[in-house]
Amino acid sequence: MAVEHSTGTSAPAPGDQTRIHNIGYRSYDGPRLGRAYARRSLYSQSLRGSYGLGRSVKSKVLPMLLFVVMCVPGAIMVAVAVATKANALPLDYTRYAIVMQAVISLYVASQAPQSVSRDLRFKTVPLYFSRPIETADYVRAKFAALASALFILTAAPLLVLYVGALLAKLDFADQTKGFAQGLVSVALLSLLFAGIGLVIASFTPRRGFGIAAVIAVLTITYGAVSTLQAIADAQGSGDAVPWIGLFSPITIVDGVQSAFLGATSASPSGVGPSTAEGVVYVLVALGLIAASYGLLMRRYKKVGL
Amino acid sequence: MYDPTVARLTYRALLGRRRALILGALPLLLIAISVVVRFLAGADDQTAADLLGGLALATMVPIIGVIAGTGAIGPEIDDGSVVYLLSKPIKRPTIIFTKLIVAIAVTMVFSAVPTLIAGFILNGNGQQVAVAYTVAALVASIAYAALFLLLGTVSRHAVVFGLVYALVWEALFGSLVPGARTLSVQQWSLAVAQKVSGGDLVSSDVGLTTATVLLVAVTVLATWFAGQKLRSLTLAGEE
Repeated sequence: MAVEHSTGTSAPAPGDQTRIHNIGYRSYDGPRLGRAYARRSLYSQSLRGSYGLGRSVKSKVLPMLLFVVMCVPGAIMVAVAVATKANALPLDYTRYAIVMQAVISLYVASQAPQSVSRDLRFKTVPLYFSRPIETADYVRAKFAALASALFILTAAPLLVLYVGALLAKLDFADQTKGFAQGLVSVALLSLLFAGIGLVIASFTPRRGFGIAAVIAVLTITYGAVSTLQAIADAQGSGDAVPWIGLFSPITIVDGVQSAFLGATSASPSGVGPSTAEGVVYVLVALGLIAASYGLLMRRYKKVGL
Repeated sequence: MYDPTVARLTYRALLGRRRALILGALPLLLIAISVVVRFLAGADDQTAADLLGGLALATMVPIIGVIAGTGAIGPEIDDGSVVYLLSKPIKRPTIIFTKLIVAIAVTMVFSAVPTLIAGFILNGNGQQVAVAYTVAALVASIAYAALFLLLGTVSRHAVVFGLVYALVWEALFGSLVPGARTLSVQQWSLAVAQKVSGGDLVSSDVGLTTATVLLVAVTVLATWFAGQKLRSLTLAGEE
């Protein structure tokens, strides 16, 4: 392929030593995989990374441990239900994620900074953007990857419960309905938590600080909201309870599923929002997801460039 | 045993930039909630005890302890700049002790002071609730700071392990398995608070003697072990 350039046509002037050598660099003319492929790769790498696959043994420990901790109570409940021939599972599908929220919060807090803070810290973001992907691709890939990882984490125990319920010969239609409602609820939860976690994590290159910030936002808001709800309930101002619930991610999910997905509310009064209030809950949930996407886009318009 | 320069550096690393924001936001939130609750419910001793016990002592103190305790040494080890500190002619236990003092001070300022203010807003220190929980927060600050400082020297994932201890062990297991409460900084500090308040609003599952012995033992052992750990510190590469 190297082309021999003839220098005979214009011989250099005597005394002029400047010369260009062709040392045989070749341009790439194979197939180019393009933007969609790069986005898909980033998605799958981020998703695998969320469970420590393709990373060191040490970074597999925590996500795998949390995954196991998430599934074990489900397996125990199934075992109990099968052994005692109960006619219902001890816990609703929709309630499971609410009960296990500490584990889910820890997972988001540990994996969201892992997903984005390291790219900021080691200044690899400009390298990503030197590829054909654009800001939107990076944000979508990371968002989708963390949401998928969370969905796997929250849906796996539901699957365990469902399979167990069918093995225990519980009513098929009833269980399938509950399982489907649970899946919708955890899908919403995954998107919401992934968005919040990524936004906070994308503002700090320090992994440790990102973890603390995410966990603070998730647990402190829940602690504050549930305390206020308990007090409002005890003081007889039960009307305020649903509105207070709008200020913490997990109570938003709880409100949506108790309004539309047939769940019983985990709020102190046990009364979920009415349908009209439920619409507000859905709007707030979708608004938060959209807002975190927008904030991430804004952040990555500037960062690392 | 105390080095002012190390203290100044640690203090600046802890309160620099955004770290101070989150450290300041949590106490402000607590005070804001207290104002709302006082406005909604009026002065009620039981409510005050629930809020201070559930939100301030169970959630806020451990989180601030994690941020201050691991933040005092974790980032330095993480980015390798700790070697510049270690290469100075200062004893390693002195470095740990100084950092511990700063971490304790920061945790106390950002958790015990707001607890006291919130307590006074909630019920004007009726039945000594505010003072009792402030004492609990002060005591817990010391133990948490020592414990999480040790974690910071042992592991690169100190923050996660600290939070797992605070949220999963103390909150989740503590409420399910009564035995887990014996090994919980929160219960030890509550035992001290119980002694201070004298009433029945503050209660602990651990006796005062056991709690004091365990608190002192954990703090001293954690500090000593962190000093030993720093003596033989190996800097790991980035993963």
